[in-house]
Amino acid sequence: MLEVRDLVVSYGRVRAVKRISFAVEQGQVVSLLGTNGAGKTTTLRTVSGLHTPDSGEIWFDGERIDRLPAHKIVQRGLAHSPEGRRIFPRLTVVDNLMLGAFARRDRGAGADLARVYELFPILHERRNQPAGTFSGGEQQMLAIGRALMSRPRMLMLDEPSMGLSPLMMKRIMSTIAELKAEGVTILLVEQNASAALALADHGYVLEVGSIAFDDTGAKLLSDDRVRRTYLGED
Amino acid sequence: MDPAYFFQQLVNGLTLGSLFALIAVGYTVVYGIIQLINFAHGEIFMVGAFGALGTWIILGRAEITAWWMLPVMLVGAVGVSVLTALLMERFAYRPLRRAPRLAPLITAIGISVFLQEFVRLFYGPIPNGLQRLVFGDDIPFEFPDAKAAPRFPSIEGVSGGSFVIGGVTLQYAAIFTVVALVLCWIGLYFFVNRTRVGRAMQATAQDPDTARLMGIDVDRIIMVAFAVGAALAAVAGIAHGLQYTNIEFRMGFLAGLKAFTAAVLGGIGNINGAVVGGLVLGLVEVMATAFIPGTFGGSAWKDVWAFALLILVLVFRPQGLLGARVVDRA
Ligand SMILES: Nc1ncnc2c1ncn2[C@@H]1O[C@H](COP(=O)(O)OP(=O)(O)OP(=O)(O)O)[C@@H](O)[C@H]1O
Ligand SMILES: [Mg+2]
Repeated sequence: MLEVRDLVVSYGRVRAVKRISFAVEQGQVVSLLGTNGAGKTTTLRTVSGLHTPDSGEIWFDGERIDRLPAHKIVQRGLAHSPEGRRIFPRLTVVDNLMLGAFARRDRGAGADLARVYELFPILHERRNQPAGTFSGGEQQMLAIGRALMSRPRMLMLDEPSMGLSPLMMKRIMSTIAELKAEGVTILLVEQNASAALALADHGYVLEVGSIAFDDTGAKLLSDDRVRRTYLGED
Repeated sequence: MDPAYFFQQLVNGLTLGSLFALIAVGYTVVYGIIQLINFAHGEIFMVGAFGALGTWIILGRAEITAWWMLPVMLVGAVGVSVLTALLMERFAYRPLRRAPRLAPLITAIGISVFLQEFVRLFYGPIPNGLQRLVFGDDIPFEFPDAKAAPRFPSIEGVSGGSFVIGGVTLQYAAIFTVVALVLCWIGLYFFVNRTRVGRAMQATAQDPDTARLMGIDVDRIIMVAFAVGAALAAVAGIAHGLQYTNIEFRMGFLAGLKAFTAAVLGGIGNINGAVVGGLVLGLVEVMATAFIPGTFGGSAWKDVWAFALLILVLVFRPQGLLGARVVDRA
């Protein structure tokens, strides 16, 4: 469904992503692991069209998308919940959610709104509150809900558990599992490697801009290198 | 003090303030989206007034003074202003979107001079010359020379008319200005808060990258911001023409500078702030001119008060009266 080939991305003279290639198959959950500054966020932002790559190709659903502007990429069914939540602070919760449906042409946003409220009841309770007054965890729910409003075929989540309590974290992970069961393809960047790998069909480990190795989620969970670096075991 | 005199000044202040407010919205909306101070915006106001005059010359055959000419001129003025603003955005500002901030600022000053000179030199000669090519010397639509402040069309029942209540004179042109501001303000409120594009505009102002992730075409939103500001400036151009009977190619400079002051006064980036800032500025200017006695009184000092107020606000309340929506200082 998504295929990235030899992607190179720089900020000015600094190379952040150095020729990485990976693929996400339809219906899979794929996890991207890596230490701070490895280039995970840069990779997602480039796939979404917020950065232009220096070279390489990005294919989504058989179409090359690396030269498309960001707003056209969402229209094709690829949603992105960005790192740091990035909700619109001075808009209400419901306005934030409806902006998530901006790219849609159909009239089904109402049904998805109901579904997001069901997933995160707190959003319904506070739907008319400015989103900037929310706690970090609530904002994260809003960010995920907003990404779902576009009814994406593929969803990219950049650290969805950042700043969440263990309970909320579990909720988010089970939401991701539900989405997977519904057939949504997911690319997941997560600091919490054990939770991410437990869900992932496949995982890629990124080190300073290059893919060091990749394997199935289960194999990576028991891989020594992963256990040492990402699960904090020695 | 004579209360009628006071109320007269109040009315005059609100009228002048409405004019500033209509122009100020354009500064604030564009700033809110791309943090650009579009110093050429005053010229969009001027171009609107000349657009209204041109519409009258062509569609009103330079003689119709019936009331319905007003909406026709309005459409013409808005069309000319919006087109000018969109061309300016597309060809002057968009290529500089990623340039250091000083570049678009200098460009804005350049465009401002360009538009003034363009109107001064070519407002008459281009349309008249083109017609001469087709019709010979007897041209159907004679455009005036913009070097000598041309007369603005006078509209029956609006231009020059007035009535008096309790010793206070209310000019129809002044009422037109205030009513135009109120209608534009209400319209803008609905547009920004109740429409899809309006909400996309707010989202873009708050976080442009994330707005793009929502599927919002940010270039399009920037165009909308320029167009909305230009439309209101065109309305101001007509209001100005009706009130002052003559228009000139230089009129956008001082009006633009004061409207910019009004936008900063209210908190740049904040639409309500621009309206409130405009009204306050108009009131201060008129009241100071009317009531300050002695050396500093009278109209010789008229233009000083706006900028004195700006300095005071920048020192004591830099975020403006209602607070800037965008926390971004150069
Ligand atoms: N806007 C920027 N300008 C310059 N360099 C940047 C910018 N954003 C990221 N970088 C650099 O690019 C590299 C990759 O950053 P990126 O944010 O993609 O890492 P990440 O894997 O998401 O890290 P984290 O786990 O901390 O979120 C880093 O070295 C970072 O310093
Ligand atoms: Mg990151």
